[in-house]
Amino acid sequence: MLSQFKDISVNGLWKQNPGVVQLLGLCPTLAVTTNVVNGLSLGLATALVMTAANGAISPVRRLVPSEIRVPVFILVIAALVTMIDLSIHAFAHDLHQVLGIFIPLIVVNCIVLARVESFAAKNAPVPSMLDGLMMGVGLALVLALLGGMRELVGKGTLFSGLDLVFGEPAKQFVLTVIPNYQGFLLAILPPGAFLGLGILIALRNMVEIKKAAKLNTPQLPRQQALKPAESI
Amino acid sequence: MNNTTLFKHAIKTAGILMSFAIIGTALLAYTFGKTQAPIAKSEADARLALFKQILPSSAFDNALLENTVTIPANPLLGNTIPTVANIATQQSQPAGVILEAIAHDGYSGDIKLLIAIKANGDISGVRVLTHKETPGLGDYIDITRSQWIKQFDDKSLSNTEETQWRVKKDDGAFDFMAGATITPRAVVKAVHKALEYFEANQAFLFASTNKKVAIE
Repeated sequence: MLSQFKDISVNGLWKQNPGVVQLLGLCPTLAVTTNVVNGLSLGLATALVMTAANGAISPVRRLVPSEIRVPVFILVIAALVTMIDLSIHAFAHDLHQVLGIFIPLIVVNCIVLARVESFAAKNAPVPSMLDGLMMGVGLALVLALLGGMRELVGKGTLFSGLDLVFGEPAKQFVLTVIPNYQGFLLAILPPGAFLGLGILIALRNMVEIKKAAKLNTPQLPRQQALKPAESI
Repeated sequence: MNNTTLFKHAIKTAGILMSFAIIGTALLAYTFGKTQAPIAKSEADARLALFKQILPSSAFDNALLENTVTIPANPLLGNTIPTVANIATQQSQPAGVILEAIAHDGYSGDIKLLIAIKANGDISGVRVLTHKETPGLGDYIDITRSQWIKQFDDKSLSNTEETQWRVKKDDGAFDFMAGATITPRAVVKAVHKALEYFEANQAFLFASTNKKVAIE
């Protein structure tokens, strides 16, 4: 049981990360990530929707005949997103001002349907919800990282717009990393999103290839692992 | 025989889909009913807060949100569908009006403006409601990016000549930032046209608030 939960988490955060491995839901990934705050906010909203969608589909998975599963899934996802959208609008108006235009986009984000179809439709509710949460958090991390890269290169700041989410006092947490920076517009414009995502995918692949190389030559890591013990 | 099972199967599948649709609709209706009032309240609060940014609360004493006039489509305002203007009054005398105007000639897409004009024809304030200008380049028209939009404060048709309603690059009175002149040009033009609209339609705008003004 516990190892299954660990597998789900590792899959969502690294092995099958929706942002840099599955490459699903690129529309918001590329459009929203002009800064950290936007990227992270949309990422967390998506994680919330994915957890709720997987949790709603999994208990009724045996009631839905396979011929109509896609319309039923879309219906459930659309209803959930609309309910979350209305609730945020009513009870967190300022947050809605920032996220408002992105939340309806989550309905058409194919990563939500993909996880419902490939995981929640086949698994029990608790693992399904964990899968939705972990996939969502994995995506949120990629969005935040990409937003951070673009904001830093494009504007020389980090966390700008934080005050829109947490109110005026949060303005002091905005970091000006490079003072008197002229800005590099390309990073903010759509091409910057593609370039940044490309760099992130390349970095992840680099780490994976190095890992694979280590596994193929088992002598090397063992020696490295022994060294500190010897020195003590 | 085969046909009946197929038929039964189809009915059953349709029934399941239908029940999901009904449950979904019911949940949505419930959420909508629960959230409708809070949403309307926070929308109104946000709108009033925006109004107070461009029209100081000392300048009027009526309920701005309820005192409205519907304006038909007019090329001077750039609107293609009727919009709503809010009328401000002070002791039942016209004090000002808040107009919505759209500039169609921005760098990318429409720029929606909210313009507060005092009864004497001076601009009280201008804010950009929505725009799609280039981030980091043309978006300085937005108050969250720079103070640029505040240079319209206290401008009017009488204190700023016709030829001065341009950016400095075109020998006008208004600042702009190097690299983005199309955006400020569009905003200056839209504000100028809104003032012209106000001058031409003052009687219509204030007609509902106080009939006596026209006689005085």
